[in-house]
Amino acid sequence: MKVVPIALNTFRESVRDRVLYNLILFVLLLVGASIFLGELSMSQESKIIVDIGLSAMRIFGVLISIFIGIGLVYKEIDKRTIYSLLAKPLHRHEFILGKYFGLCLTLFVNSVVMALGISLALLFVKGGADPIQIKIWPTAYLIFLELMVMTAISLLFSSFSSPALSALLAFFLFIIGTFSADLKLFAATVGSGVVKVMCQALYYVLPNLANFNFIMATAHGNTPSVGMMGAATMYAALYISALLAATVMIFQRRNFK
Amino acid sequence: MLALEINNLTKDYTVGFWKKRPVRALNDLNLQVGMGESFGFLGPNGAGKTTTLKILMRLIYPTTGEAKILGCPLDDMQMRARIGYLPEQPYFYDYLTARELLNYCAKIFGLNKAEALKRTDDLLKRVGLFEAADKQLRKYSKGMLQRAGLAQALINDPEVLFLDEPMSGLDPLGRREVRDLIAALRDQGKTVFFSSHVLSDVEALCDRVAIMNKGCLIESGKLSDILKSRTNELEAVVTGIDEATLNELQVFATQIVPAPEGAHVRVQSDKEIEYVLSIVHRAGGRLVSVNPVRESLEDLFVREISENAKVAKQAAS
Ligand SMILES: Nc1ncnc2c1ncn2[C@@H]1O[C@H](COP(=O)(O)OP(=O)(O)OP(=O)(O)O)[C@@H](O)[C@H]1O
Ligand SMILES: [Mg+2]
Repeated sequence: MKVVPIALNTFRESVRDRVLYNLILFVLLLVGASIFLGELSMSQESKIIVDIGLSAMRIFGVLISIFIGIGLVYKEIDKRTIYSLLAKPLHRHEFILGKYFGLCLTLFVNSVVMALGISLALLFVKGGADPIQIKIWPTAYLIFLELMVMTAISLLFSSFSSPALSALLAFFLFIIGTFSADLKLFAATVGSGVVKVMCQALYYVLPNLANFNFIMATAHGNTPSVGMMGAATMYAALYISALLAATVMIFQRRNFK
Repeated sequence: MLALEINNLTKDYTVGFWKKRPVRALNDLNLQVGMGESFGFLGPNGAGKTTTLKILMRLIYPTTGEAKILGCPLDDMQMRARIGYLPEQPYFYDYLTARELLNYCAKIFGLNKAEALKRTDDLLKRVGLFEAADKQLRKYSKGMLQRAGLAQALINDPEVLFLDEPMSGLDPLGRREVRDLIAALRDQGKTVFFSSHVLSDVEALCDRVAIMNKGCLIESGKLSDILKSRTNELEAVVTGIDEATLNELQVFATQIVPAPEGAHVRVQSDKEIEYVLSIVHRAGGRLVSVNPVRESLEDLFVREISENAKVAKQAAS
């Protein structure tokens, strides 16, 4: 499968472009938080570590998926590196999938290291083993799913618009997606036809990122149920497939000037 | 089987942001290249050479027409594994070293590891990059990138090679090396299709050429047939003569181009050469050389374009 070398090369690119350096910032953030929170009671402290850690993991990841995601294909066209590649026995959809999974691999490594960092910080705060150090992992998995969705969104936008506009649109969708569950609530409260239908349609088209958010609950010591994780996985798989299919369809027809 | 067959290929680019209008970059191109041929694709800037190659490499889609490589349609993956392509002004991932780039390309062709390593080493030596093989491509000069580009085009040991201006950006020595490399490939029995706007590059290498201008094929065939060698005409290069002598020569010459310390004097035939010589010698000048006049690519363009204009005028009237 030609997707693998492309993905690995994309991963190598982000490593050499020092994308993973964001981990240093993340560790500094965690260490800083643990030190300054030393005054609080132990349970308070671990709650805040979980909250700050997982939230930072999400925001850092989203920034990477948007800002690297919009450049994935754009850079290859702009620098004409794609020319010699597409002349080889390689389908355009393999190229797109390779770029996509390459960035996902980067995000995966990034997220795993961050989750390890949070677990370590919790070990330090709790002064020993505690269930909370394991409980963050299912939530981290959900965040990773969200990042995969955001990467696919960035990739789709960048397949037909400029990087700046793509970044703007992707960021806009991220904000809306975070609150799109409210859209459904709103639709339920609105009685009249047109607005109701529109809100419902928007709710189904826009990404519902609330499906992946379990950060606050985890801070309070809960873990997402197996049902929730399964549903979120299904949702991500479907949504990502649709986005990638659209990206491939657009990319398939492009002329490279 | 033909290595390349192009039928009625036309490409319109759409330009303009608000008012979109088509610009014809390639007009009804027909071309055939046999197996084992080395074929020169000539034309001035904007002739449509790169456009043609990009269509063949599926980077852009033709407006109408079709092409076949090795008898297969352009999107045939098995055929793709048997060809190589060097883009115009190639650029590759600048965070990779040349060795990594070649290894990466080998993986896309599905070569196994041992084979990939062996070919990478061979090719790096062949294009003269072995010493720089482990330097990142961002530190490469233009000429080195061109060589890396050639190496990646050869990684799958292709039967047909498409090279878009393989000699541009190279110094004289580099041009010579690339020319020798192409000659070696031709001698191996590979088909080489390459574009250029420099006649001397293709003269030594090509069995046949096609000459393009403004998207249209002007002529194709053997270079010697195309360039009318006006064998009767001779050009003498003389030095050490003064203005007065030059004026004297004017009577016999069809054209005189002054040069530093002398002049290039063109005459109808060898009869006039004798007069020219005697005049030059009498004036105390010296004959440097006498050569038959051969048409240059520039002359050919001028001739063809004026002929085309004539034909168009006749058609209009
Ligand atoms: N992306 C594009 N959009 C609009 N017009 C284009 C585009 N690319 C090429 N053209 C036009 O198509 C024509 C052919 O260009 P092409 O690049 O094929 O020429 P070329 O023979 O390769 O020239 P050169 O020797 O300069 O490389 C030119 O008139 C050019 O202006
Ligand atoms: Mg060109």
